[in-house]
Amino acid sequence: MHHNSSINDKLKEDKKLLSIYFSAGYPNLNDTKTIIESLENSGVDMIEIGLPFSDPLADGPTIQESSQIALHNGMTTNILFQQLENIRETVKIPLLIMGYFNPILQYGVENFCKRCAEIGIDGLIIPDLPVDIYIENYKFLFEKYGLVNVFLITPQTSEDRIRYIDSVSNGFIYMVSSASVTGNQGIFGESQTNYFERIANMKLKNPQLVGFGINDKTTFNQATKFAKGAIIGSAFIKFLKENGVNTIDNFIKNII
Amino acid sequence: MSYNVNEKGFYGDFGGAFIPEMLYPNVEELRQNYLKIMQEPEFQKEFQQLLVDYVGRPTPLYFAKRLSALYNTKIYLKREDLCHTGAHKINNTIGQILLAKKLGKTRIIAETGAGQHGVATATVCALMGLECIVYMGEIDIKRQAPNVARMKMLGAEVRPATSGSKTLKDATNEAIRDWINNPENTYYIIGSVVGPHPYPDMVARFQAVISSEIKHQLLEKENRENPDYVIACVGGGSNAAGAFYHFLDKKVVKIIAVEAAGKGIETGESAATSALGKIGIIHGSKTLLMQTDDGQITEPYSISAGLDYPGVGPMHANLFQTKRAEFLSITDDEAMKWGLKLSKTEGIIPAIETAHAFAVLDKKKFQPSDIVVINLSGRGDKDLNTYIDYFKLT
Repeated sequence: MHHNSSINDKLKEDKKLLSIYFSAGYPNLNDTKTIIESLENSGVDMIEIGLPFSDPLADGPTIQESSQIALHNGMTTNILFQQLENIRETVKIPLLIMGYFNPILQYGVENFCKRCAEIGIDGLIIPDLPVDIYIENYKFLFEKYGLVNVFLITPQTSEDRIRYIDSVSNGFIYMVSSASVTGNQGIFGESQTNYFERIANMKLKNPQLVGFGINDKTTFNQATKFAKGAIIGSAFIKFLKENGVNTIDNFIKNII
Repeated sequence: MSYNVNEKGFYGDFGGAFIPEMLYPNVEELRQNYLKIMQEPEFQKEFQQLLVDYVGRPTPLYFAKRLSALYNTKIYLKREDLCHTGAHKINNTIGQILLAKKLGKTRIIAETGAGQHGVATATVCALMGLECIVYMGEIDIKRQAPNVARMKMLGAEVRPATSGSKTLKDATNEAIRDWINNPENTYYIIGSVVGPHPYPDMVARFQAVISSEIKHQLLEKENRENPDYVIACVGGGSNAAGAFYHFLDKKVVKIIAVEAAGKGIETGESAATSALGKIGIIHGSKTLLMQTDDGQITEPYSISAGLDYPGVGPMHANLFQTKRAEFLSITDDEAMKWGLKLSKTEGIIPAIETAHAFAVLDKKKFQPSDIVVINLSGRGDKDLNTYIDYFKLT
């Protein structure tokens, strides 16, 4: 069985990490494998495969649209797992699945974790699964199947709660850059860079990856000045919308 | 067995706060403060005063003589349709806006389907001089033009929800996104007993005035507090929660919740969540939910915009699962027929949502000695266009 050492080895590398999010099933149903392989070949460090949901309430218009198109294209949890079946024959970098809790609940949380482990998925990011409910009901399953669970923190998260989240995390912490849904534009202002620095000074056990609002080299560098890495989602999906899946290398080269 | 929320925010298997971390500080602030604030004498005094002087409470408990004769039983109507703005919705918005003020919030957001909760929110914002933004599905904005105009007259900004199916569930998503984007100064007034804990409990407590009054009024009229039946329609379930609240632990009171079957439960155009839903998560709450096998939330249908919500409040999901309440579903046609029947029998034009509750009179046999209370949750003015089209009244 695959084990979560993959993410933790990656996090120990002496470099700033770039993680890319995309909505599985977008722009076309069967682009999943092409996108993942192209991202790895372009030098991306980690990938978050988005399991589309009809009501993504933490996402802005770009990811909402890509999710809706992916569902319209026919993407389902089963199809995604089929597409990923042999992914570990070609792809070595850590792979996470990011999705809302309801589709996972319908699949069966244990079944879902089991399939992830069989395929070689390293971890999950489930924004609407609260920490306490995870610990009480599901932590043992994640441990049984060797999956990392990634929690979010925001500029409004209290120091006590950040410490608590750090204590129950076993990979990295997803640092939401600002009070915002996904897909915000523009560079980071002083309040955000202060927040990045404040978190860095807390010397947490788990490294942090910054997400939400990273859209180019400038914002990537701003975010990773203090954090271990950064996550790009909406900006990459916009690139796919305009350019398709054949020139992904061009997008990544402009960041790292 | 208790039918109320437990200390973790659950009603049996249902409820909780399945929210992204971005919402945690706001929801937690509310959770820690709502009961404390609601129990303050100063808050209660202001709340009760506004219910009397502004909303027009207590609303009558009216003995429907002709309807009772027709069905050979004793039917009482709780006249929430006589509340200011035309429905029970304002009981909750008055309560929540006072709470928002106590929490120091200056900007109010809300979601609305048919526009009743939007109007009730815009009204209390005007009353308190607070900024008000109402999210409403683009399709609903077109269907409910008079309520959009009302909200604008009351000074609210109506923002179209253009995502997803462009109806109530998407308006709710947009309101939640707004709250994520504005975590410091904004308070979200949810209109039903849905959403993350503590909303379902808080809204139920504000609406509980309905059953509290029923008890006092029945004591006066019938020399007993408990009716044999309480009947209410359920979309998200706020009027039902209010009408049931003080009877939940009184086993002698039979509770009937009425859902919208739309064109029929088997037609694929329905909003009967108890019949068609499975356990899932919507808008931060674990509840019964209409969804695909893959966990994608589906679009409900009912002729009444106020009942076409794909979920049901967690309190009701628990009442259904524990069989404390009987759930019935009523089609568009049955409800529309009752809109006309109540108008002609009692001189009261009900909201189409409310008309669903009356159709239970044709589904169940009541004894002559039974006391049946139907919650007349809203008036039909807003539905006039639908009535006109359906009955070709012009």
